[in-house]
Amino acid sequence: MGDKYIISEIEKNHIQFLLEQKKRIDGRDLSKFREVSIETDYVQKAEGSAVVSLGDTKIIAGIKAILGTPFPDTPNTGVITTSAELSPLASSYFESGPPSEHAIELARVTDRAIRESHVIDLSKLCLFPGKSVWILFIDLYVLNDDGNLFDAAVLAAMAALATTKIPKVKIISEENAEIEKLEETESLKIDHYVVSVTTNKIGNYNIIDSNRKEENVSDARITFGFDEEDHIVSMQKGKLGVYSPDVIKTQVRECLNVSKTLRKELMKAIPK
Amino acid sequence: MAGDGTVKLIDEKGKRLDGRTVNDLRPTEIKIGVVKNADGSAEIRMGKNIIIAAVYGPRELHPKHRALPHRALIQCFYRMSTFSVNDRKSPAPSRREKEISMILANALTSVVLTEKYPRTTVDVYLQVLQADGGTRCASLTAASVALADAGVPMRGIISSVASGLINDKVAQDLDDIEDQKGSGDMPLGYCPTLNEVSLFQLDGVFTLEQFDECLDLSIEGAKKLHTMQTDALKQKYTDIRAEVSDDDELAKEKVKPVVKDETKPVAKDETKPVAKDETKPVAKDETKPVAKDETKPVAKDETKEKSGDE
Amino acid sequence: MSEIKVKNHEIVIPGDLLGEGTIKYGEGVIRRGNSYFSSIVGLFQDKGDFIQVKALKGKYLPRPGDLVIGKVVEVGLTNWIVDVGSPYSAVLSANNATEKRFDPVKDDTRRIFNIGDMILTKIMSFDRTRDPQILTNERGLGKLRGGRVIEIEAAHIPRVIGKKGTMINMVKRLTRTQIITGQNGRIWVQGKNVDDELKAIGSIKKIEKEAHTQGLTDRIREMLSINQTEEEV
Repeated sequence: MGDKYIISEIEKNHIQFLLEQKKRIDGRDLSKFREVSIETDYVQKAEGSAVVSLGDTKIIAGIKAILGTPFPDTPNTGVITTSAELSPLASSYFESGPPSEHAIELARVTDRAIRESHVIDLSKLCLFPGKSVWILFIDLYVLNDDGNLFDAAVLAAMAALATTKIPKVKIISEENAEIEKLEETESLKIDHYVVSVTTNKIGNYNIIDSNRKEENVSDARITFGFDEEDHIVSMQKGKLGVYSPDVIKTQVRECLNVSKTLRKELMKAIPK
Repeated sequence: MAGDGTVKLIDEKGKRLDGRTVNDLRPTEIKIGVVKNADGSAEIRMGKNIIIAAVYGPRELHPKHRALPHRALIQCFYRMSTFSVNDRKSPAPSRREKEISMILANALTSVVLTEKYPRTTVDVYLQVLQADGGTRCASLTAASVALADAGVPMRGIISSVASGLINDKVAQDLDDIEDQKGSGDMPLGYCPTLNEVSLFQLDGVFTLEQFDECLDLSIEGAKKLHTMQTDALKQKYTDIRAEVSDDDELAKEKVKPVVKDETKPVAKDETKPVAKDETKPVAKDETKPVAKDETKPVAKDETKEKSGDE
Repeated sequence: MSEIKVKNHEIVIPGDLLGEGTIKYGEGVIRRGNSYFSSIVGLFQDKGDFIQVKALKGKYLPRPGDLVIGKVVEVGLTNWIVDVGSPYSAVLSANNATEKRFDPVKDDTRRIFNIGDMILTKIMSFDRTRDPQILTNERGLGKLRGGRVIEIEAAHIPRVIGKKGTMINMVKRLTRTQIITGQNGRIWVQGKNVDDELKAIGSIKKIEKEAHTQGLTDRIREMLSINQTEEEV
């Protein structure tokens, strides 16, 4: 992201030079993730929340559950909606103002992974068909950008959803679909545990979990979403560069492998 | 915001709903360096409030025509996260957020030595992760610390708290319910070392006596916060020192002659050294910096300190 | 008459009372009446005949004569805009770029320095009302090739260099690297291999982190002599 950033020649060459020796600027292996930390229940006023750090990248996800009306074409299902904010608090290359295309892409790719892997059975969020459903807002705020916001965002959203508690409801009137929220809450049921893994291409090399400097010089990236049954559930190819089909096939396997360790981190952080 | 006073916010023993007395601040924690990309940053937790402050600058202002020729512009961006309150807040900036941003910027401008950086901007971002009453004050407390952490020169640190009236009694540091149901709220930004009030608002109904009492109470609260801000800012450096002295280095060091004796800074002429913040190391050739000694106060801009700072 | 209120080498913050009376003072100190206060988070230094507060963090302010490492961010017809990590962008005009006279009709600025180039340059002039002017037409200045550039707090550059260059020369010798330190906090490092570079960078980062402590030279020597690998990058 950070369109304003100008990559220095030295930086670019140095990253290249290291990759030729199978090394990275922070000393990691090509497919090694940075240290992951997940802290859930960060914000008590949210129905669910989590702060995730990938190295120096930091994102907070908060879940708000609101009673609302379903879309007319899907009267029997609840709604999830994902937004992301790249606040200038998190990087000198983010700007104030309405969501940039980068913020929208981040939100949509995160949403896609969660939606397509059926993390939540949306029909269970329906209270009165056509009249009253739960709307889950997944709101992401980047708190520090050091690259790979995609994978951090999915982790944060998942950890927040997995710790979300929704108010129980009392039906006041069946006819008018009148509902009262109770103090008592119940945990949101999570059916699948999706994680995303992003690979970046720099010259002839492919690396996992790029930091900001690596992302600045990378030619192309692909973000894969995987569920716990090793299905590929979402994908996004980004940036100007291109891939050969063969490289994509090796990369999807590489990323799938990494997704398993990443999921372990997620499962460790959330209550059973 | 003033409530009707019918909700019981304080019991016969003087205990408030969360167990505090009327003189108590909420439990407060301040941490610096939480946003790595920022030039300075802080996270404050004050009761249930959680706020992150990040400072970028001084830096170039875009568009350039907004730059001030004689001083730096201080810009504040106070934003509430959608999930920071009980109902989801709309992500678009509200009029309230804009007003608070402005009054915070005004308060901070009063302590920053803005004339040292003409034509630049110092941007202060405040992200409220959880709001529970008094967020503008907690934001100001955190922003002051973040500015100092960024190395921005300041006359002092602002500490801020909102006290007010609950069941007609003056009480320190109102939380959200007390703010909603109480009968008055008085946010104060105050710098104890300067004895200056830089942010001051009020809503509700106060007698003159309550007004005085409330102001005095807030100043007491601000002084307590000031100690916490000081500790937060010094912590990092004293920790590193403690770490280092574990190696017994400090003990060794004490026996050594003090560096400053080796080369004496010479006052160039009778002109008194003035507070130019730039004492200047000059790299003649970085391999051979001419080491006079660390710094010498300079009378004239042209006089330069040679580098070398051991 | 005058009284110093703070112990030497103590960490102070903006607004801390440092002394009262008639005291000579340097950077990081402001006076109100007969009282002297710190204006920054820093290291208090009582130099005997004056007091000052050394910054521990903060943006680099250009000073004429400073050697700095800049990044070319804009190329014009007869000049370049260079990011020197300060609140003000520096201007390099073609007349100050090369020893050869620049002819705007025949010569192309892009062929001299292009966007993204890192250059070793010197501050010619700066007074805060106008952006700093820099030059590269002196020996040893110009485009940096190879190696890598790291950034540290500009305030700690004198510590990295050390008295008469002792610190930096020791790091160079013990890590077999070439190092150029810019007063703006940017440091160029090139070694024969990656490990040497990482070792040099590790020690520079350690100097930055512990700049406000004493006995640093000994600790760095020790760290490099026992061939300890540093994971900090």
